[in-house]
Amino acid sequence: MNIPFVPSTRRRPLTHKTVTLAHGGGGSAMRDLIDDVFLAAFSGDGRAAPEDQARFDLAALMAHGDRLAFTTDGFVVDPLFFPGGDIGKLAVCGTVNDLAVGGAKPVALSCAVIIEEGLPVETLRQVAASMAQTARAAGVAIATGDTKVVARGACDKLFITTTGIGVVRKGLDVGISKARPGDVVLVNGLLGDHGAAILNARGDLALETAIESDCAPLNGLIDTLIEAAPGLRMMRDATRGGVAAVVNELAEASAVGVRLRELSLPMRAEVMGFCEILGLDPLYLANEGKILAVVPPEEADTALVALRAHPLGREAAIIGEVTGERPGRVVMQTRFGGERIVDMLVGDQLPRIC
Amino acid sequence: MRYVDEFRDPALAATLVKEIGAISARLERGRDRPFAIMEVCGGHTHAIFRYGLEGLLPDLVEFVHGPGCPVCVLPMGRVDDCVAIAEREEVIFATFGDAMRVPGSRKSLLQAKADGADVRMVYSPLDALTLAKRNPERQVVFFGLGFETTMPSTALTVLRAAREGVQNFSLFCNHITIIPTLRALLEQPDLGIDGFIGPGHVSMVIGTAPYRFIAEEFAKPLVVAGFEPIDLLQSLLMVLRQIETGTARIENQYARVVPEHGNPQALKAVEEVYEPRETFEWRGLGSIAGSGVRLKAPYGAFDAEKRFSVPDVKVADPSSCRCGEVLTGAAKPWACPEFGKGCTPETPLGALMVSSEGSCAAYYQYGGMRGEAA
Repeated sequence: MNIPFVPSTRRRPLTHKTVTLAHGGGGSAMRDLIDDVFLAAFSGDGRAAPEDQARFDLAALMAHGDRLAFTTDGFVVDPLFFPGGDIGKLAVCGTVNDLAVGGAKPVALSCAVIIEEGLPVETLRQVAASMAQTARAAGVAIATGDTKVVARGACDKLFITTTGIGVVRKGLDVGISKARPGDVVLVNGLLGDHGAAILNARGDLALETAIESDCAPLNGLIDTLIEAAPGLRMMRDATRGGVAAVVNELAEASAVGVRLRELSLPMRAEVMGFCEILGLDPLYLANEGKILAVVPPEEADTALVALRAHPLGREAAIIGEVTGERPGRVVMQTRFGGERIVDMLVGDQLPRIC
Repeated sequence: MRYVDEFRDPALAATLVKEIGAISARLERGRDRPFAIMEVCGGHTHAIFRYGLEGLLPDLVEFVHGPGCPVCVLPMGRVDDCVAIAEREEVIFATFGDAMRVPGSRKSLLQAKADGADVRMVYSPLDALTLAKRNPERQVVFFGLGFETTMPSTALTVLRAAREGVQNFSLFCNHITIIPTLRALLEQPDLGIDGFIGPGHVSMVIGTAPYRFIAEEFAKPLVVAGFEPIDLLQSLLMVLRQIETGTARIENQYARVVPEHGNPQALKAVEEVYEPRETFEWRGLGSIAGSGVRLKAPYGAFDAEKRFSVPDVKVADPSSCRCGEVLTGAAKPWACPEFGKGCTPETPLGALMVSSEGSCAAYYQYGGMRGEAA
């Protein structure tokens, strides 16, 4: 019997409405998912080289600086979509910002997703599109990735891990242990928006507010800051644990005291109201588009002006200074001249905010 | 922020601090120890630390942080009972978040959750009732905790459960009342407390009349206070004025919220649902007659203690802990040998280190400036 040869069309658009365990099985269903959802979003044509790794030309990297920066972060935020962002945007911004605060130019990210079976494919497409859009805005490539599907209940909807590499510019050496007494502490804008937005988006509280997450890639803003304040001592993005966690780490690592002024903390009235109602302290609320920077006193003004000139730094403010008193301690001057110590939180009352 | 900023006005605070200083200076002669003013409520303790009020006071005036944090006075044995209920296969155990980390003798609810118990954090007892309706095949138990402030909301939840016939909902009732405990405190022979800042939220429910015995029988002034820094400073000044003039009255600084006779509707719900227990154990203070409530017989079907057998074993606090003395103002937190060593917010031995309203946690976290210097 003569069996006719039928040309195989291995690459097909994904027609399933939901992700099943078959999409993680390593076969053609998985490749369809990767090609049609992720590669289509990340590389535009869904036809990236089917290799197991991304490859970089070292000489091209070294044009940006002389050290490689390397970081990773997992994202489990609940809900997946929230005012001002979604898990995809967060996953790109988080890793881009972790590279940028080290003085690195972010170059490329990897993206590993763990999907709970039953997740609508449309949800995955939206997340992938958001990742692609954010990566474009930040000027980084999503160069490699991995997909796993787990049984219902083995994870919650969708978890994403991004890993990033970047190149640290020559001559720049910022670090958490480099603050000195007299230095000035700045933030690039309103604090607490992300934590408040996520808590509110969960809908448990039945509060009506228009608070949006501040989730944003900060590498552009940080370029501006480095330019304006070449003596920059350190930068950190004030994510989980908020500004309070970062200043405490800074005080401990640099063996200095930090004095904050409550009246100088930039905060949205809605966030303050939200915290009032719930008894939260906005200093501990997470941010996803805010850095805390320490600069020498003589560069404080130019740093502030530069931050404020950037769209993501319009509400930038000097919030305190580094002191030689009580090393390792953060003290806040309350609005009527009292003082209190700002410590780190032990646990988080708000799990899964990023 | 309207209605908030007015109560945090630095200029007004400065005026009040100045007046407090002036009274203190006038009272100084012949006084060998500071005037000890107890703020009964944990919410006040938190505000005092958050706004750094202690540092503004003259040496002759100090706050003593009282027993008004319901999480802090919950005895270890009751936490064990919670864990025992929560670990039952059929149970969803619903609780406010701040009770999750309170140590039991075996584990906290947080640890029980990690070990597989279905413990859910809710923001209101009504959320627990909703959980029960959504999970008809499970038993949903709400961890009722707190003073008269939270009692009406759990009472109304039980009433609604009864009205709607929600049979898989029950209440593990650990509600306590402040008045018998204040009496027990005042009856201590060597009590060194000169006056009281009365609890604002409790008083919003019960009114100011129940405190009269404090002035009439024990000749101590009490001022019911709000929770903003200006409220607290003004209330402190009102107490000191009474001390200066040798009077003892019940005053209401928080009249914008607290009516003299409380909230009749809330009191009606509480009256309908709860009755006093003969006695209830307080951590650090021991058993106090009439200080706890339980569900009345008609609502017995919603009583988790009847629905599930609980171990109900009394567990002594670690002997090195001085929680009781700290709670009654006899010792400052840093006088306890475990403070900041064996007992920290990461690994609390006593509940005063758990809640942000507990004085040990407050001193540890916000750093009592005086304590650290001492």
